[in-house]
Amino acid sequence: MKNFLALLAALGLGVLIILSLQNNTLFNEYGEDVTGRDSEEYGDREYGEENPASGPANIVTSIVADFRSFDTLGEITVLFVSSLGVALLLGGTKQKRLDLGFHPNFMLRIGSKALFGIILMTGVYVTIHGHLTPGGGFPGGAMIASSMLLLYLADDTFRAKIKGFKILESVAGSLYVLIGIAGLFFADYFLENFLNNGVVGDLLSAGIIPLIYVLIGLKVGSEISGVIDNFLTEEVV
Amino acid sequence: MLQFAAIILLMLGLYGLLTQRNVIKIIISLNILEIGLNLFIISVGYFEGGLAPIFTSETPANPNFVDPLPQALVLTAIVIGVGTTALGLALARKIYQKYGTLNLDEMGEN
Repeated sequence: MKNFLALLAALGLGVLIILSLQNNTLFNEYGEDVTGRDSEEYGDREYGEENPASGPANIVTSIVADFRSFDTLGEITVLFVSSLGVALLLGGTKQKRLDLGFHPNFMLRIGSKALFGIILMTGVYVTIHGHLTPGGGFPGGAMIASSMLLLYLADDTFRAKIKGFKILESVAGSLYVLIGIAGLFFADYFLENFLNNGVVGDLLSAGIIPLIYVLIGLKVGSEISGVIDNFLTEEVV
Repeated sequence: MLQFAAIILLMLGLYGLLTQRNVIKIIISLNILEIGLNLFIISVGYFEGGLAPIFTSETPANPNFVDPLPQALVLTAIVIGVGTTALGLALARKIYQKYGTLNLDEMGEN
C-alpha cells in the first residue's frame, strides 16, 4: 500500500512536470540556437583574438571562474564545510586504517604505484588546461583525489600525510581570497580579472582565471583526499 | 527527448526516497534525484547539432554553441552534491556504529 502511494506520488510529479512544460516557450522558441538568450553575451570573442574583454577559450570556464567567480568561492566554501563535517563526525585523535579484510599482493601494490603517477599527472593536466579544454579545477581535483584513493585501496597499511593536505587546502583557499582582494587594489571590484587577457587559446592567457582554477583544483583535490582518509580510517578504542 | 530521461530519473529518485528504509539506499535515491535535475537543467541549453562551447582553431566563424550557462550552473550543483553525499555517508557510518543496522525500522529499540 505504501509503495503504491509512493508510485502515485512519483507519477504525479512526472505528469506535473510534463504538463507544465507543454505550453512553455523554453523548448519551442529558443530550441534552435543560443541567439536571443542571455548567454549569447558570454561568447563575444574568437580564437586567436588578442586581449579580448573576457579571456578563456572555454566559455563555461569564463562563466565559472570569471563572471560568477564569487559564486564559485561560495561553492568551494560549501565543499570545505562538508569536508569539515565529515572530519568532525569520523575523525579523532588516534586513528588507524579500517580493516577491509583483504590483503593486496605484490603485483597490485607495485602496479598501483606506477599507475598513481599517471592518474595524478592527468589530474594536474586537466586542472592546468581548464581554461582551454573541457575539465578544470573541479574534475581535475577529483582526479587527483582518485589517485590517492587508488593508493589507499591497493595498500592496506598506507596512510597519506593528511596534515600536508590540510596545509595545502588552507593555502589554496587563502590565496583565492587574496587574489580577489588584489582585484580591489589593482582594479575596481572583488575578484576582477586585473591581468592581461593575452591571446585566446594560449596556455598563458585569460589573466587570473588559470591561477584561480589551479587553486580550486588543489583545494578540491586535498579536500576530497581528506574525506577519503576519514572514511578509510577508524578510531583506536 | 532528453527532458523525458531527466523526468524519469526524477520520478525514480522520488519513488526511492519514499519507499526505501535503508539509509544508504536513501542517499542513493537522493543522488538519482539530483542527477535527474542536473540532466534537466543541461537539457534546457541543449539543441541538436550544437557545438561544445569552447573556442578552438577549428571553430567556424559563426559557431552555434550550446548554451554554456546551464552547464556552469550544473558544475556548481555537482560539487554541492558531492559535499552533501559525503556528509550523508559519514552520518550513515555513525548510525551503523551506534545501532548496528542501517534500516530505519530496526533502530530505536536500544
